[in-house]
Amino acid sequence: MSPRAAWRLESLGFSEVYDYVAGKLDWMAAGLRTEGTNAAHPRAGDVARKDVPLARLEDRLGDVRDRVSHGGWDAVVVTNSERVVFGLLRSKELAKDAELTIEQAMRPAPSTFRPYRAIKEIAEHMTTHMVDNSPITTSDGRLVGLLLRKDAVRVAGEQE
Amino acid sequence: MPTEIDRSEVQKLIDRGAHVVEVLPLDEYEEDHLPGALSLPLSRIETEAVRILDRTRPVIVYCWDTA
Repeated sequence: MSPRAAWRLESLGFSEVYDYVAGKLDWMAAGLRTEGTNAAHPRAGDVARKDVPLARLEDRLGDVRDRVSHGGWDAVVVTNSERVVFGLLRSKELAKDAELTIEQAMRPAPSTFRPYRAIKEIAEHMTTHMVDNSPITTSDGRLVGLLLRKDAVRVAGEQE
Repeated sequence: MPTEIDRSEVQKLIDRGAHVVEVLPLDEYEEDHLPGALSLPLSRIETEAVRILDRTRPVIVYCWDTA
């Protein structure tokens, strides 16, 4: 639709016309602000915890476990230096042999949600599928934060 | 010929004072649109573009995605 609009504007005498081809979906998937009636409703990216602990593939599991246990976390997101998500460590993975590398211990390629998804919808999904937490990522795979089911359910409940 | 741009270029052009125009139907615009965007559904461009847009400014158009 936008290419037709761009061409038509040029034909009407607009000399500098640009087509943002990836569009609104790309903008929202990046977690950028929007305006409108939906903007007031919490979304996955708003509720996700941004202070989730991170680990790298080459880290030693025992070191990561020691580091995160002090903060009360039972989940760690595995990323590279660009915050691209490679894996996830939940309680089960964190309990493995301390000498394993994160790459050996992690749950690879976890399911993720985009930051613009309505929190109510995500809360229902996480409850139905018994998902305790899930990374929220942009369309290019970068971590926004970790959404905890208890947070999603609480915020969704506050909306009702 | 219109120039295809990505998200980072959108932000630079907004800083330059570009119009941002959503060409989706009005109800979709009302739910969510880019900050400061104007609503100009495709069917209204013919009759309203020249009236509401400044031809001396850059214009960015967008819809949902590449569809």
